[in-house]
Amino acid sequence: MIGGVLDFLTRASNWSGPQGIPARIGEHLYYSAIAIVIALVIALPLGLLIGHTGRGVAAVSLVVNAVRSLPSFGLLIFFVVLLSPLITGRNNLVYLLPTEVVLVLLALPSILGNTVAGIQNADAAARDAARGMGMTSSQVLFRVELPNALPLIISGVRSAALQVIATATIASYVSLGGLGRYVFTGLAQQDYSQMAAGAVLVAVLALVVDLLLALVQRLIVSPGVSGRFRSRVEPGPATAAVVPKEPAVA
Amino acid sequence: MGYFGDHTAEVLDLFAQHVWLSVVPVVLGLIIALPIGYLARRYAWTYPPLVSIAGLLYTIPSIALFVLAPGILGTRILDPVNVLFPLTVYTVALLVRVVADGLASVPTEVLQSATAMGYGRLARLIRVELPIAVPVISTGLRVAAVSNVGLVTVATTIGTAQLGQLFSTGLQMSSFRSYYAPIVLGIVLCLLLALVLDGLIVAGTRVLTPWRRAGRPA
Repeated sequence: MIGGVLDFLTRASNWSGPQGIPARIGEHLYYSAIAIVIALVIALPLGLLIGHTGRGVAAVSLVVNAVRSLPSFGLLIFFVVLLSPLITGRNNLVYLLPTEVVLVLLALPSILGNTVAGIQNADAAARDAARGMGMTSSQVLFRVELPNALPLIISGVRSAALQVIATATIASYVSLGGLGRYVFTGLAQQDYSQMAAGAVLVAVLALVVDLLLALVQRLIVSPGVSGRFRSRVEPGPATAAVVPKEPAVA
Repeated sequence: MGYFGDHTAEVLDLFAQHVWLSVVPVVLGLIIALPIGYLARRYAWTYPPLVSIAGLLYTIPSIALFVLAPGILGTRILDPVNVLFPLTVYTVALLVRVVADGLASVPTEVLQSATAMGYGRLARLIRVELPIAVPVISTGLRVAAVSNVGLVTVATTIGTAQLGQLFSTGLQMSSFRSYYAPIVLGIVLCLLLALVLDGLIVAGTRVLTPWRRAGRPA
């Protein structure tokens, strides 16, 4: 089995053309990036506002949990059936639009939930000190609460990215491109090597994206918040939604 | 709902399959995660690597693990074990950290009291530490159970029968005109199952932690 997968992955013809591995990775990243960017544009300002004012926090946790328990595969099929008849013409948009709607819907809860939690978990003493120094409400938000919330916000983006990359794979089931194509073409042709190669590529892509985001986290989170400049590391805020990655935070 | 009336036996069969595929990994996962979580708590140096490995496993998309399972285990492509195995792996990955943190949440004074009362290491673990860790562990268990219900549906794409079958049926029946009945039925049944499993874990936690109710005003 491993021989077949390696054979598929090292064959030169699989690395060129519109059905080659680089093109499929490109498609996969394209679908995923659109969803993450849209989700960020919606969830980040909303999360900052809700976390800062403290209004609607209960509603957020309700919505977050409700969306989490929806089966993403069912949601995908539902939106394909709902939206495709509304789009005329034979093009990729028929499948791309419903897929993006689902991917955004799946990315929203982690980003929104973690942003609200991050802002709310900001040290009350730091917030009071900032107010005492004469900062305005928005200065407190952007100069104290946001930097303190960054680790949790990026954790939320990482969970969202993983969820989106995984579900983008299933989107190939409804005729979209991306790495899932190998899985479902392989399944249809009873070519296990191709299926397994697709699965390996998806797993590697997920790991690489997560690693890159971890790097971003290291670069933009202030050392004063991440605790990297201290000799003794104190435990960070724990949340069930966060995938534990950095031993330093754990 | 009309579709359910016409296909009652078939849908109930898929539902039973779904229950089995979602519950078995949670139970197996808990049994495996308990000793590993204990290890991570007992020997502090094992905590960072164990938690990192768990996080790494959690990063791999479920569809990838479903597809790779036959290659790793040597099972047939349609064997339900290909679904049970990845979901068990995810559950273990989630619970190892939760178990370790749950055991860590036991106050030092309680541990000292238990030792002073003559509890040995094993008796103290089973009769004092684990019961106190139950609320933390059950929080993780709820996340695992609810997410498993959703993840199981993904296995439809590789041909395993469960409620996700209703989604692919709905997609096929919608090729000319949108037909929502099986899709909506599948989503509703998944939500219902997630809700029931979550409720069962909450109820189990209440039964196992009578002292948490004792102090509360009636």
